Amino acid sequence: MTSAPLTAAEAGLLSCETCALLSRPADPSEPGYCPRCGGELEWRRHHSIQYTWALVIAAAICFIPANVLPVLSSTTLGSVDSDTIMSGVVFLYTSGSWPLALIVLIASVMIPLGKLVAIAYLLITVQRGSISSSRERTRLYRMVEFIGRWSMLDVFVDTFTVALIQLQPLMFVEPGPGVLFFAAVVVLTMIAAESFDPRLIWDSPTNRERLHG
Amino acid sequence: METIACPDCDLLQRLPGLPPGGKARCPRCNRILGSQPTDSLDRALALTLTAAIVFIVANTSPLMGLSAVGRHASTTIVGGAYQMWLQGQVVTAIIVAFCAVIAPASYILFMLTVLLAMRRPPAPHWVGEMLRWADSMQPWSMSEVMMLGILVALIKIAELATVEPGIGMYGVGGLIVLFAAIMVTFHPREIWERIEWAEGSAPPRSDRGAGR
Repeated sequence: MTSAPLTAAEAGLLSCETCALLSRPADPSEPGYCPRCGGELEWRRHHSIQYTWALVIAAAICFIPANVLPVLSSTTLGSVDSDTIMSGVVFLYTSGSWPLALIVLIASVMIPLGKLVAIAYLLITVQRGSISSSRERTRLYRMVEFIGRWSMLDVFVDTFTVALIQLQPLMFVEPGPGVLFFAAVVVLTMIAAESFDPRLIWDSPTNRERLHG
Repeated sequence: METIACPDCDLLQRLPGLPPGGKARCPRCNRILGSQPTDSLDRALALTLTAAIVFIVANTSPLMGLSAVGRHASTTIVGGAYQMWLQGQVVTAIIVAFCAVIAPASYILFMLTVLLAMRRPPAPHWVGEMLRWADSMQPWSMSEVMMLGILVALIKIAELATVEPGIGMYGVGGLIVLFAAIMVTFHPREIWERIEWAEGSAPPRSDRGAGR
């Protein structure tokens, strides 16, 4: 205990998540509000593991229809074409812009999938009380938090394609049901990343039990 | 010297005095804990005001136009979300409108309020509340993602018809640069050090911030 680095929680201190003020709550079981900014104080984010799991599972379920259902259906001179996210990538690739195809593939397929796996991995290691490679896991968490917004790319691509190509009855594009599921995946994983508390990675298993309600 | 806990790993530590532009990282998890501002809050205010003007231009001018089979069409940012709504994708339309318009607009508004209120010390307590809201809007404000999305859409459509970028698109490009500049210039710690405390007392360290 004496040689190990001391965390705020071990010292009975709470750091405000909004303004970073350290304070010692009068009643540790009811920390209340930050005296400086009035933000709610918590030892660790409330039910962090349960909430994050729920959001990750919901996102994983939405990920399937997001990729199977069409995101766009275009009508050109009476013939109808449906596009899923993957066929959109293939279209970009065959039409000669492979850098764009790669960007869309990374943003729409790899990032959401990678996020789901990464958050699940963080949750499992925290629940198993792992204490190894905490620094790497924290870095992974920051990456998930930073990169998540970019998967919204395809939603914007579809929106502006639909908005622009409205030359009824010759040529028009309609959104497919896949867009909704895809947007849901992005929003759910972003909230999941926000509800996960990275401090849990560093807490010793005994502290984790005590702090995480 | 100020004692803080790392937001990512909860390690207690003393923040050393930093030279202007210097950064302090957590020795355990490498998170950036604090940096010494080189710019004044006035510069952040100037950038935010510019962002507000550019935002209005970006949202009122056409984003891009399309000519095909002798007809012309154009769209704005809100027009894109509205078209999704008309096509029955109500939830998607709301998400797009939120990330493309509402979140960036709220971010700019809250930041403007915070920075203007800070000009007349002591800063009232509600400034903190505003700063918290600005903070929560930030991850949802997706101008740069939207810009890339517009470019991909343009290239996809270019196969079918002639497209020309509009003024709105240059506006969005400007916004991306301005948002990045605000984030580099603005240090929330400066605000927190000078703000009136929620529990009614005056800021105990107001003398430290007054010099800047």
